[in-house]
Amino acid sequence: MKKFDKERLLLAVAGPVIALVSAILLTSIVLIASGKNPFEPYRLMLEQAGFADVQVLIVNQASLYYIAALAVALGFRMNLFNIGVDGQYRLGAMMTAVVGAHVSLPSFLQVPLLLLVGALTGAMWAGIAGILKVTRGVSEVVATIMLNAIATSLIGYLTLRENFGVLLGDNVTTGVMKESGWVPGIDLGQDVGEIYGLVFLAVALGIGYWIILNRTRFGFDLRATGESETAAAASGVNAKRMVLTAMLISGGVAGISGLPLLLGDAHTYSLSFPAGLGFTAIGIALLGRNNPGGIALAALLWAFLDKTSPALDYASPVAYEKEIATIMQGLIVFAVVISYEAVRQWGLRRQQKLVGAELAAAANNNANKEVAA
Amino acid sequence: MHALVGENGAGKSTLMKILYGMQKPDEGTITVDGEQVSFSSPADAITRGIGMVHQHFMLADNLTVLENVVLGSEKLHGIGAGARRKIKEISDRYGLGVRPDALVEDLGVADRQRVEILKVLFRGARTLILDEPTAVLVPQEVAALFANLRELKSEGLSVIFISHKLGEVLSVADEITVIRRGTTVGTAVPAETTPRQLAEMMVGSELPTPETAESTVTDQPVITVENLTVHASGGASLGPEAEPVGPGSLVEAAGEVKKVLDGVTFTIHAGEVMGIAGVEGNGQTELIDALIGTKNADSGTIAFLGEDITPWPTRKRRESGVGYIPEDRHRQGLLLEAPLWENRILGHVTEAPNAKGFWLNPKGAQDDTRRIVEEYDVRTPGIDVTAASLSGGNQQKLIVGREMSHNPKFLIAAHPTRGVDVGAQAQIWDRIREARREGLAVLLISADLDELIGLSDTLRVIYDGRLVADADPATVTPEELGSAMTGAASGHLEHVEEEAAPEDEAR
Repeated sequence: MKKFDKERLLLAVAGPVIALVSAILLTSIVLIASGKNPFEPYRLMLEQAGFADVQVLIVNQASLYYIAALAVALGFRMNLFNIGVDGQYRLGAMMTAVVGAHVSLPSFLQVPLLLLVGALTGAMWAGIAGILKVTRGVSEVVATIMLNAIATSLIGYLTLRENFGVLLGDNVTTGVMKESGWVPGIDLGQDVGEIYGLVFLAVALGIGYWIILNRTRFGFDLRATGESETAAAASGVNAKRMVLTAMLISGGVAGISGLPLLLGDAHTYSLSFPAGLGFTAIGIALLGRNNPGGIALAALLWAFLDKTSPALDYASPVAYEKEIATIMQGLIVFAVVISYEAVRQWGLRRQQKLVGAELAAAANNNANKEVAA
Repeated sequence: MHALVGENGAGKSTLMKILYGMQKPDEGTITVDGEQVSFSSPADAITRGIGMVHQHFMLADNLTVLENVVLGSEKLHGIGAGARRKIKEISDRYGLGVRPDALVEDLGVADRQRVEILKVLFRGARTLILDEPTAVLVPQEVAALFANLRELKSEGLSVIFISHKLGEVLSVADEITVIRRGTTVGTAVPAETTPRQLAEMMVGSELPTPETAESTVTDQPVITVENLTVHASGGASLGPEAEPVGPGSLVEAAGEVKKVLDGVTFTIHAGEVMGIAGVEGNGQTELIDALIGTKNADSGTIAFLGEDITPWPTRKRRESGVGYIPEDRHRQGLLLEAPLWENRILGHVTEAPNAKGFWLNPKGAQDDTRRIVEEYDVRTPGIDVTAASLSGGNQQKLIVGREMSHNPKFLIAAHPTRGVDVGAQAQIWDRIREARREGLAVLLISADLDELIGLSDTLRVIYDGRLVADADPATVTPEELGSAMTGAASGHLEHVEEEAAPEDEAR
């Protein structure tokens, strides 16, 4: 039995490793083609990661990526492609900021309230796509993409100054949130910075994700639906209810993915809030194989590329373009899709062969015994 | 004509895949016409004159026969008059009776099979591999197929024929090779062999005697179905009676919906096995779906132990004691890429030992999977391998074990031994009989008429969504059942009266 466990581990690791190695090699080829040193940028970026303040930036950024990627992964586990995580995240963050600026409760009520607002907003937004899919058969891909666009307009409208908009300096924002809603971070000193308090929320969500999927009846039904819709239906899963529930949970998680930043640092929602988080999260969920541990590593890798690449522009004696990191991220997504499928098929074939071989060996033993007898 | 027989997982399909270039051998040689060859793709095999007719037909429904045949080999005879002439010529020479312009979706199973054979011949095959060609045919169609194959043989072609049905193999083959666990265990000459001897070669041991057991039928109804009607959910029906009609007339008549199940009424008692015979596509799938609850009845009622379960969802039905051996185990019975113990949970996720309240109980499920593997002789190195890596027969044993573990009161068994070897077949039958003795009611749907006759206490024939005939399994013959399955006979099938009924025009 041990052998198959090792097999599975090997297969799980082989995909990402092949993808990363080939993405790095391809990036080096791009560097060579543009007449640059093909390895120096990696060294520079790794050097950056050695600084404590960069490490804090990486961890903080990764917490946002992680929560958003969990939202995507939850959909993936049942074959739902929630492209709308981006819209759910932005709308969730904005509504939280608005409520946080207008409601003032003691901290122990305020923070849970804000989390709830974010989650409900995201769930509601994703729920629209869910209801459309369940009642009208509209593809969730199309519906969530369109809801992203609508979210942009809606946010634009709500942040108008006759609505919730407040001018802070030159920036239109939703106003500064009441301090009882701020979540204190871990202060590592003046030069280093602060780790968001809600980084722990991200960790808790990761653990919760694993427990729900692997240890509850609901999680089993969800995974079964993802692996074979027909088998799940025959086993008694109500496919429609499952789609709606998964969409709501995915949207709810997406709705709070901006909160570590909002409650930990920004304390207001403005147009300078990071855009495209939900799309980045798709790549991270893919790279992490929808597995909470894998997603954590992928989120850290992504945040590492994001936060260490700006220094490339100022490197001396030779400066490199920081877009190298973007190229690499793109290549990683590409390589991931190809290598995972290849490894999956290879693994299935290999296991079939192994099972066949073991059974044949067992049969031979029996035959020998019969002969001996 | 060479027949290849063997247990499931014995390696028949693998051997054929190697012959057809879909898989590469690790060792050994293949010789075609005295010349050693090695195939790296089916295209290589085709150029060497080897063609294969798969168990599951590979035809595009919305294309015509001509289009299907030339698809992928347009270079040979073009796609127009040349190809049509060639198809006609092949069809006439071997008596296949194929119409090049018919739409494939209008064809019945036997016709589709002939199209597949023609496709292979069109590509110049001199050796045909047929993978379980009779699994989907009624006896009359099997006879017609064998006539076609004999025609091919007399023209000097070779046929390799894979089958589980030993009687057929003996009647049609010139030579039989038996393989077991990946090696050849012997060859047999049909004239000197009985089915029993052949079966014993396959399983490598003395066979248990199947069939015949005292009746255990009680008068306590378990499942009562009344006037069950299900409408087709859009699209044209593929019923065998469908005539090729002009384009644009997909709807039968204005405002009328095709009924895929029409007023089906029956009762199954505790300890009773009711068999349903019928050509595939006559409403069996819909009947199963309506009973398990994946499709809603449009009218009529289903009562289970006196309670009306018509509006119940699937899960509630399963929890209350409806077991389900699905007709397509890959699509409905298993999560192929999940380990065996997760497959043991499938369908019973709310029940012990798989769950404790809201939580899953992996430990309990794993222990119980080990028990099933042991008791049902599922051949696997462990319970953590994926379901996909087991052979079909072992997958089926796992499913049967799973369903039986929850002490069902009513079992829907759809093709419980399809694609399963003789040894496993006997085991599965024994399990069903055993449970029947303890008061299980079984609905048995099968294409294997011997199985139906051997296992059932009562027999019904389904045709075009209606139960058209009933028969006593003690006296009825497969041929009589076959004629009712094609719609040629109805009512109560009496052995003596039906014997002389002409059946050939049935198709």
